[in-house]
Amino acid sequence: MAVDRTQGSGSYGTSRTVLVGSLVGLVLAAIGVTVLIDKEGGQKLLASIYDMLGNAAGAEALRNGQGDQFFAKLLLAAIAMLVGVGGIWLLFTGVSSLIERLRPQVRDRILPLVFITPAVALLGIYLVYPAVVTVIGSFQDGEGAFTLANWASLATPPFLEILRNNILWLLIATSGSVGLGLLSAALFDRIRRESLAKIFVFMPLAISLVGATVIWKFVYAWQPPSQPQYGLLNAVWTAFGGEPIPWATQFPINLPSQMMILIWLQTGFAMVVFSAAIKGVSTEIIEAARLDGASERQLFVKVIVPMIRGTIVTVTTTVAIVTLKIFDIVMSISGGRNHDDVVAVRMFAEMFQFFNDGRAAALATVLFIAVLPVMVLNLRNFRRQAAM
Amino acid sequence: MMAAPAEPIAPASKERTRFWRAPMLHSLPLRISVVVICLLWTVPTAGLFVSSFRDPQLITQTGWWTALINPFEQGWTLQNYEQVIGSNGMGEAFLNSLIVTIPATVIPITIAAFAAYAFAWIPFRGRGILFIIVVALLVVPIQMALIPILKLYSGLSLYGTFVGIWLAHTAFGLPLAIFLLYNFMSQLPRDLFESAAIDGASAFQTFIRIVLPLSIPALGAFAIFQFLWVWNDLLVALVFLGPGADVRVMPTALFNLLGAYGGAWHLLTAGAFLTMIVPLLVFLLLQRAFVRGILAGSVK
Repeated sequence: MAVDRTQGSGSYGTSRTVLVGSLVGLVLAAIGVTVLIDKEGGQKLLASIYDMLGNAAGAEALRNGQGDQFFAKLLLAAIAMLVGVGGIWLLFTGVSSLIERLRPQVRDRILPLVFITPAVALLGIYLVYPAVVTVIGSFQDGEGAFTLANWASLATPPFLEILRNNILWLLIATSGSVGLGLLSAALFDRIRRESLAKIFVFMPLAISLVGATVIWKFVYAWQPPSQPQYGLLNAVWTAFGGEPIPWATQFPINLPSQMMILIWLQTGFAMVVFSAAIKGVSTEIIEAARLDGASERQLFVKVIVPMIRGTIVTVTTTVAIVTLKIFDIVMSISGGRNHDDVVAVRMFAEMFQFFNDGRAAALATVLFIAVLPVMVLNLRNFRRQAAM
Repeated sequence: MMAAPAEPIAPASKERTRFWRAPMLHSLPLRISVVVICLLWTVPTAGLFVSSFRDPQLITQTGWWTALINPFEQGWTLQNYEQVIGSNGMGEAFLNSLIVTIPATVIPITIAAFAAYAFAWIPFRGRGILFIIVVALLVVPIQMALIPILKLYSGLSLYGTFVGIWLAHTAFGLPLAIFLLYNFMSQLPRDLFESAAIDGASAFQTFIRIVLPLSIPALGAFAIFQFLWVWNDLLVALVFLGPGADVRVMPTALFNLLGAYGGAWHLLTAGAFLTMIVPLLVFLLLQRAFVRGILAGSVK
């Protein structure tokens, strides 16, 4: 696509209507935000509209929390869409067209600032500033005085158990996802219905961890031996003569059972990336190895795997970061009550149950320290790329 | 950490190249493992789906697989869905999820697109160091932000509001969005920008008329990733929106069902399936873009 030069600068002229329109829109968006921040904004607004239309009874009912609540919600949703989606565009368009009326030299100096300021401000407020406050907070007690108690408490048995669980998750769930992903990528490469098989394994990636947890909790469902086992796993297990086992809640089997849920979700991701990498291995190399008499297994282990090592490292790091922050599964199954607690779940409990923000901050910082090597690696890779 | 470029779920490669690439599986154990993997990845979801239409009494009396053996002797029903949508508030949660997710996808993309364009093509002071900060923020765990932002929110009465969670999701999605869009936009040919500058176009006009239309593939990939991320998110929703019925989203509603009615499988199965409908539709309709989005966003 090329820019049509014959049109000249005229086609880029600013139009006053754009400017006025977006400024009016911004005022409306600001009003919309106030409606959205108000807890009963939707009801109040609809009630006012009803008043204007002379429907006093409908307005009264809405203000009392009855009446057309559903319409109030729909109204709120409509405002939310207009404000959230339209507002952000109006903001950029309005400010930019305002600045375009300045002299070109001044304009070109200010415009980049307009473009990056929202991003920089949000990153500063929501990530940089909180990260600093959280690290400092991990060294503070409830009154804000300096203390090492939060960190010292992480060395007590209940917290050591949590750290142990996180390490187990990191080792088993990560290697499980990566290993199964590699296996299925290698196997599916050799079947007729490759894309269909891939869709099956990939699909769980679309659904939420809470949803996946419900799916598997149903598979793990347990009934006393006298009752019929409606959980699939216990039905199979008892059919082979076993005693029914509460897979999801009984320590220590609950740990691998919960890890299975994450593996089930993450394997598809690993598989798709590996599959692409395997297909990228040069045919000549594979051909040469076959002519040298390599068996299919040797070919995979000694030729293909070493050649996609970079991809394996990338996928492993990615899955490991997800696994480290595991929250939804443990939270939904037990809340960490059966010796299966993990850092992120405990942090949530420290914030909302025990109201111990210092310790919650220390737990968050543990996760931060764990990803620091990856951050350094990212920065180094980026530097190298930028240098090229 | 860049995701590997990939052409996933591609149509099967041609037979002739396949011969050299990989012969079909002949060994029985390997064939069996393919079948086992496929079953393991479909049967649990199938069980949930079948059960959600069964009579509440029957779900806990017989296994869902028995319903498939005698499909006509079952009391199939939609009552579970009616109940969970109505009295358990899944219907309102669905609406709330839409209210949260759509702006929380559009806002970060817009902000990131402008920023990525400036980072890639407009020289300004501090550009290098600011972008390095963006790269560094890529892997910072959300947990680092929760406590200070929650305190900030209760001071500004943004806790439990849609605006509050939009901004939180926007900020948490920004580093990745800027990074991905920067990678894409910086590859656009330089000529485009030079000719636009000769024509006297401002940076804003160049962005709207040239950069944005060309960046649609990257924008779409990130949009799908962010949409699914926000739609499926439990942690940020629990912390910043809370459990109140007027604002809670679908994962929160399902999580509450698990806590309050841990054994009410007729509600749980129907509720879980409701939370999955939108992501599964996105997956089935936009498969290629979806895979690109997942791969692109995999650094998060």
